[in-house]
Amino acid sequence: MNRSEIIENYSDIVVTKFSSKMWSTFLVLGIIVYLIIAILSLDILQIHKKWSPERASLFALDTYAHKDHVTMKWSEPDDIIISFEGSRWSQYVGPYQKSDGLPARYPEWTSIGSEGETKISFKNGGFANLYDDKVTIENWPDTQETLVFRLDAQGKPYVENVDNLPKWIRVTENKIEVRPSLYERVQVYSKKVEVHRYSLGWNYFWFDFDSPLEPYGIWNAISLSFSGDRIDPNISNFSLLIQEFLNNDMWHHGQILWALLETIFMALLGTLLAALLGFPLAFFAAYNVTPFKFVRTILRRLFDTLRGIDFLIWSLIFLRAFGPGPFTGIFAIAITDTGTLGKLMSEAIENTEEKQQEGVESTGANKTLQHRFGIIPQILPIFISQTLYYLESNTRGAVIIGAMGAGGIGLQLLGAINTGTSWEKVMYMSLLILGVVIFMDTMSAKVRRALIGDETLGAELQLAKMAKK
Amino acid sequence: MQSSLPENLIKIENNLKSLTRTRSIYSFLSIAALIAVIYSGLIVAETGNATSIWVGLPKFFDYPIDLFVGSWEYGYRWNLLLLEYLPDLISTINMALFSTAMGTLLAFFLSIFSSRNLIKSKTTVLIFRRIMDICRSFPELVIALVLLYLLGKSALPAVIAIIIHTAGALGKLFSEAIENVDKNPIEGLESCGASWFTRIRFGVVTQALPLFLTYTILRFEINIRASTILGFVGAGGIGEQLYTNIQWKYEADTIAIMFLLVSTIIALDYLSSYWRKSLIGLKS
Repeated sequence: MNRSEIIENYSDIVVTKFSSKMWSTFLVLGIIVYLIIAILSLDILQIHKKWSPERASLFALDTYAHKDHVTMKWSEPDDIIISFEGSRWSQYVGPYQKSDGLPARYPEWTSIGSEGETKISFKNGGFANLYDDKVTIENWPDTQETLVFRLDAQGKPYVENVDNLPKWIRVTENKIEVRPSLYERVQVYSKKVEVHRYSLGWNYFWFDFDSPLEPYGIWNAISLSFSGDRIDPNISNFSLLIQEFLNNDMWHHGQILWALLETIFMALLGTLLAALLGFPLAFFAAYNVTPFKFVRTILRRLFDTLRGIDFLIWSLIFLRAFGPGPFTGIFAIAITDTGTLGKLMSEAIENTEEKQQEGVESTGANKTLQHRFGIIPQILPIFISQTLYYLESNTRGAVIIGAMGAGGIGLQLLGAINTGTSWEKVMYMSLLILGVVIFMDTMSAKVRRALIGDETLGAELQLAKMAKK
Repeated sequence: MQSSLPENLIKIENNLKSLTRTRSIYSFLSIAALIAVIYSGLIVAETGNATSIWVGLPKFFDYPIDLFVGSWEYGYRWNLLLLEYLPDLISTINMALFSTAMGTLLAFFLSIFSSRNLIKSKTTVLIFRRIMDICRSFPELVIALVLLYLLGKSALPAVIAIIIHTAGALGKLFSEAIENVDKNPIEGLESCGASWFTRIRFGVVTQALPLFLTYTILRFEINIRASTILGFVGAGGIGEQLYTNIQWKYEADTIAIMFLLVSTIIALDYLSSYWRKSLIGLKS
């Protein structure tokens, strides 16, 4: 059977009319044209100009690794400073005189060589040696030679044996940068030498640099808190552990966890208030409960307005009244979701079956009892599942409201990103948020499945399905 | 009177009483728990808040009144402001539309690979589901803030952030819709030797398309709100204008932008509920 025969025999199902055959093609063409315009107008093709992989990989490195700085000034070669993340407040070794011997807190990757030089060993097996008048790097991959960096007569840094310089050494007029991989970096300036040594992990996560518990590590500290002598004679080890953890000066656990709690409470209280307000109001907006059309219309429009004015604008208004803090978030969420829950619930009430209400009526119950036993049992599972659904999405919303100024973990995150230096903290907070959101998601999905059984349908479609019944 | 009842009725009566008692204990406990949560939450909020609730409540209408007074003083040229900010609104809508389109496309591919009735390998399904979970759980704002820092201030980071979130959120809904389709058309296609792609095209997509479209329209509405919010942190569009005007205390401009935003959202709300109802055949 060829094409023309098919068309002849099945003329009722084979579409031959040009317009009905082509509309989908035109639709697709239209979409493609729009996408091209949008790509051009949104500057998507310029992405490679803005994206610097070097910068991004440096930031990414900072989220899961930490670095130690070793700094030597050419003018005072005796005063070597070894510090964590280059911070003035966390120096392993402050300015010290070599003749005084090793200070107590000398990191194990540093040592003093035979000529009195400071040796820094790296993970790649190489060494950087800081002498009084030169810096050498030895035993590094891709090069057999020991490279020597000195200052010339004008005070500019130069490399002594220049003939075959590896690619990972960049020499500019005022600076020599040695960076064979992301994990080690030697910078020679005309004023000073700076060595960065990266290692994996979040250092000082449990206890900060100056904490008395820091030398013990977390597991030993925990076992010490149940047995063993007091480290600080004034308080018990367990309180010390909690106190040192929460007051960690580098990670600010206390502050961050409190902010997280604020955000969770923002979502929780906002949703609860919305449920407490929206549930009764929904009855007054449903035609099978409230006979007055006037009341119903007003409530319907009220719900639409509350929902339509986005929680963003609500939070701006509340921000003026309550200032930065959880109340702003709570009320913004509560007001918006009163509208949403009220609308959804009034629709659900209107779609309940009349028979149950009639059954209750036949026993002589008054209107209130009819609604209590005829309607509420029907809509309660939907109501609870809807509330949980909104609780989950409000957790995300609370983070956003927080960043707009209401406080909580959102604001902390915004601050950490804007400083641009503490990417490990950004990572830490992102993981906390992710954990809370996933927890809320799974919990609410479980409860919803237990209540309704039909988890697969989205919020509004469940109602639509009910209406169809 | 009590003693005259038969024994089994007394038993039932007692049983009922004890059941009622347990029930009321349970409801009492849950109400107590609810009150405890609200109370402790209020304490957390009260300590964390700059202004106490009792100081803040009377001031609630201050800002709206300020706004209206300011725009009243601005005079009759106020409606021209609406025109002035229209291009920003359009650029926000454009951001939302483009990222919804791209996100939907991504979500479609993700959902195919995370549907158990299309992919036999359990690990593939699991991996794609976890990818979608992570995309979905990160608030757009977090991704957008990091990208804004890396790429500089433009609409691009916001678009990428919304695409990622949309792909995760829609992907989950899509895969649920795909898993719920009727198996018979797919089996029928398979029996006449249709390839995997043909089966998806004619067996799955045809069935799930109304649901896909419904979810996409709903998402578009959400994404307009999201792109407005991301404008606040530097993605441009009407959100950024709103932020600047609030900072500068230009009441008339602020009201004009709020008016544009709210009317867009309400219009879209009505439009999308109309579309959705006609798609799932509710509209008679």
